Amino acid sequence: MTAISTTGLTKRYPEVAALDGVSVALEENRIHGLLGRNGAGKTTLMQLLTGQVFATAGSMQVLGGSPVENVEVLSQTVFIQESQKYPDTFRAVDVLRIAAGAYPNWDQGYADRLVEQYRLPAKRLIKKLSRGQLSAVGIVIGLASRAPLTFFDEPYLGLDAVARQMFFDDLLADYTAHPRTIVLSTHHIDEVANLLEHVVILDQGKVLLEADTDELHDAAITVSGKATAVDAFLAGREVLERKTLGTLATATFTPRDGDELAAREAGLDLTPVSLQALFVHLTTANTASAAAATDTHRASDRAIV
Amino acid sequence: MLDESKPLFQAVAEQIEDGILDGTYAEDDPVPSTNQLAAFLRINPATAGKGLGLLVDAEVLIKRRGIGMFVAPGAREALRQRRKFAFQDQYIAPLLREAAQLGITPEELAGMITKEVAR
Repeated sequence: MTAISTTGLTKRYPEVAALDGVSVALEENRIHGLLGRNGAGKTTLMQLLTGQVFATAGSMQVLGGSPVENVEVLSQTVFIQESQKYPDTFRAVDVLRIAAGAYPNWDQGYADRLVEQYRLPAKRLIKKLSRGQLSAVGIVIGLASRAPLTFFDEPYLGLDAVARQMFFDDLLADYTAHPRTIVLSTHHIDEVANLLEHVVILDQGKVLLEADTDELHDAAITVSGKATAVDAFLAGREVLERKTLGTLATATFTPRDGDELAAREAGLDLTPVSLQALFVHLTTANTASAAAATDTHRASDRAIV
Repeated sequence: MLDESKPLFQAVAEQIEDGILDGTYAEDDPVPSTNQLAAFLRINPATAGKGLGLLVDAEVLIKRRGIGMFVAPGAREALRQRRKFAFQDQYIAPLLREAAQLGITPEELAGMITKEVAR
């Protein structure tokens, strides 16, 4: 079943379209990665899906209904925001107590274990916590709430490598024991790539790519060898990125059947592209084409003048 | 630990195959569950499950409902035959290609192999 589906979802602010015609379908009980550069629209999309901001256009279905002012949907949803604000007088323990009352599936024993594990000073005022400790508060709530729909927006800012690994292990273990729909937004792509079953890459408010991670292995590959051989091999095909060093070249492209054999016969090497590298290629290529479009636009403006 | 040049679920399947070939998992022995593999390899359980599924389809593993997955009788020999078949392509062909590039004659190469074996 689909947990989230959107059609042409758009959020325009006076200066900018934060989200521009986004159509995605996220299956339930999977871990989805929401990837994109800063300002790509990740947070806006999650705010729309949790009813925190209103869409300018388009439609969405979340857990079978609209999330806007819909208690039935929102009580099954937890959204751990990167920039969550708390009242000045609150301690972590106060926030956790409120969370315990708000989420029907809350597991207090698990929450207590997590507080200890992340060494969270629960009695200290929230405003005195470090960035990493603040992230830990979000992680405890996000995991212990066991909400059927869980959003994590950059959940580990300020956490060191050990605590980040702890979070990935906890997420995986608790997800395995209590399957639910998880949407994880991040730009630490390589660290989470193996945890994700499905990814959505946003760029400048639009969906650049949506796919199961299994399929992404076939989305791009890098060929390297003599520049003349590389060019002959890729003649007439779309190339995501090409680099040369003297007489050598590497190029990243979308492979098709028979490439492996052809590359071998041409004495070329093929190497896989990681999700992180694919992300960089796609967003860089997209920025370049957007810049080119703007240039053309300017040129035509000039022509009119 | 996992072969990153392949889709992750294939790498998972190959790792279990390696364990069967080297005797880590004997015939009729249980192999790790989807969830154990996922936690150990730090991968999505669906990916781990897909890897095990490949081996069930290939009749390397047998699913016993409610108990788990077990190494099929004869799986080790069948895997050995399959890997032997792929050996030529995966190892011999690249070896010969590199040798040719370095001007190593087939006779020299044979000599090098004999020497290495004797070491």
